[in-house]
Amino acid sequence: MFHKLKRSVIKEILLQMRDPGGLIILFVMPLVLIITITLIQDSTFRSVSDTSIPILLVDNDHGTISQTVKEQLEKNGAFEMLSEIDGKPISEAFASEAVFKGKYQLAIVIPKHLSRDLQQKVNQNVQAILSDLGFEESETVIEEISPKEIKLYFDPATQMAFKNSVKNGIDKMIAQIENQSIYAAFQEQIGEDVGALFEEESFITFSEMKPSGEDEEVLPNSVQHNVPAWTLFAIFFIMVPLSINIVKEKQQGTLVRLISNPVSYAIVLAGKTITYLLICLIQFYLMVGVGVYLFPYFELPALDVSGHLFLMTIVALFSGLAAIGFGVLLGTIAKTPEQSAPFGATFVVILAAVGGVWIPVFAMPKIMQMIAVASPMNWGLEAFYDVLLRKGTIAAILPEIIFLLLFFIITVLFAIGYDKKERAV
Amino acid sequence: MATKAIEIEGLFKKYKDAEAFSVNDLSIAIDKGEIFGLLGPNGAGKTTLISMLCGLLKPTSGSFTIFGLSYKDQSSEIKKIIGIVPQDIALYPTLTAYENLMYFGSMNGLKASQLRVKVKESLEKLGLEKFANKRLDTFSGGMKRRINLIAGILHKPEILFLDEPTVGVDVQSKNVIIAYLKELNSNGMTIIYTSHHLIEAQDLCTKIAIIDQGKIYAHASPGKLIEQTPNAKNLEDVFIAITGKELRDVS
Repeated sequence: MFHKLKRSVIKEILLQMRDPGGLIILFVMPLVLIITITLIQDSTFRSVSDTSIPILLVDNDHGTISQTVKEQLEKNGAFEMLSEIDGKPISEAFASEAVFKGKYQLAIVIPKHLSRDLQQKVNQNVQAILSDLGFEESETVIEEISPKEIKLYFDPATQMAFKNSVKNGIDKMIAQIENQSIYAAFQEQIGEDVGALFEEESFITFSEMKPSGEDEEVLPNSVQHNVPAWTLFAIFFIMVPLSINIVKEKQQGTLVRLISNPVSYAIVLAGKTITYLLICLIQFYLMVGVGVYLFPYFELPALDVSGHLFLMTIVALFSGLAAIGFGVLLGTIAKTPEQSAPFGATFVVILAAVGGVWIPVFAMPKIMQMIAVASPMNWGLEAFYDVLLRKGTIAAILPEIIFLLLFFIITVLFAIGYDKKERAV
Repeated sequence: MATKAIEIEGLFKKYKDAEAFSVNDLSIAIDKGEIFGLLGPNGAGKTTLISMLCGLLKPTSGSFTIFGLSYKDQSSEIKKIIGIVPQDIALYPTLTAYENLMYFGSMNGLKASQLRVKVKESLEKLGLEKFANKRLDTFSGGMKRRINLIAGILHKPEILFLDEPTVGVDVQSKNVIIAYLKELNSNGMTIIYTSHHLIEAQDLCTKIAIIDQGKIYAHASPGKLIEQTPNAKNLEDVFIAITGKELRDVS
């Protein structure tokens, strides 16, 4: 039996080596994928982006508020504020149309007299308070000032996450401006020579801490999140070439010859499993190697695998098994490569989406969260995060590993059963 | 010790959703050491019958034995004594002839050391030793057919099933294949052979069965079949007399 298995593995390896297109898909494409995705996603993790987004500013105020909004957004580095085009101030109508057509992602319209009216409103409120407290001798005449509105025009194609982030940023900025105005008004009303009565720095700040309470100060970055997620994505993609391999054997007639030989279908599948598992591991180490050694050349943080490589290898191995199980099942059921290839590719994307590669599972609707729990890619991803981000031990990843192994066993048994049933027609 | 190579009793096969039986109450015994030709028009049930005998398809009902071994509970034993040469070139096009033969020989239970010797001998016998390390997708049709044949006989099966082994090959390759089959048979191998080349079958086979609509209509030596059929000069006349002149297009 062992020599049959050994010869099966040699055959599968030779078949792979004689297929340059397949080798590129298996080993080069995952590397291109992981570099591209991490470079793109890294910019959203960084506080300062290398590229700035142009924003139209319709400044009807010409006061301190519009000036502050402009300065604060430019200071952020992610935005380039445009209040003039070809030397002419931007009108609200122009801004609205330009954003609607997708030429700009965002336009901010500051209403007329915003700075003056805010100051006046704050002064009135402060005077009223001081008068109530007995600091002011004369009654203040309250003048009606209508509430003001800063308008935001977003490109309809703008993603919700970007919209929310900009809205929150502007909301915070307005709150700060209002607070500063109130402090300034109190200071002015109470006395000119008292100096800085109010500290303008926030009393409450926050800093991100490691929940495990360890002394290390390294916090997860985009690379620590992306490399495991996209490595898993690439590992699961192995189901596509594997299913094509099985379908081709059926079409070539080699499977028929094998079935008539004194060799069990399990040995044939074991040969494929060992070979594709080797491919998975090579893919995994290549991607980890890119994360550790190549990412710094792209100004990305290096992947930190110190002390985790063994457990990561175990996770990759069992994730590979789950992917192989599904590939075997798909190859057994599909009649042509035209059936197996698009289905396999689409299914991997669905598994990735459901598994939390793009959007965290906790942010999904309830029904999708329930489905995610049953997704092998989610088990693999959680196991990788347990090892890399939560510094988990073998005990922590044991449940996920068992699920991945069971998934492999069930899919392969189902494939063998289906194959037997098909031949009994 | 069984005296018959194959004994078939009341064998039926009906595919799922099919209206008629592909093999219909078929019974026959084939002696050891025969070159047995199974002839019939397209859709007659030849390939279905061979597929069942090789364990690729399950019969709907009936039974058969191969060298006294029952397909029902000794199928793994049967697989050890049969060889199969399918109509398609059932080999890996990107592997070399040597790699293909080493693989299929191993799957038939041969150890690497004895396999290397057998592969070398067989390649020499069929004039392919110079091409051992060439990829199969560079071979001509005739060369592929010869490798296809070798892959089925490396383990020296007691019984060899051949499904149209000379289809699409030139006369030279065909002669080499036929001569090799005769040599294998003279060494004791029973051969079950299907073909549409009736002249070739007449020359090669010691017994012929003509099958149509899943039933055997005639079963004897080629000479006897010609003798028994009025006005028949050759096997082709016998075949037309039994199966008719109607086209047998099947899907």
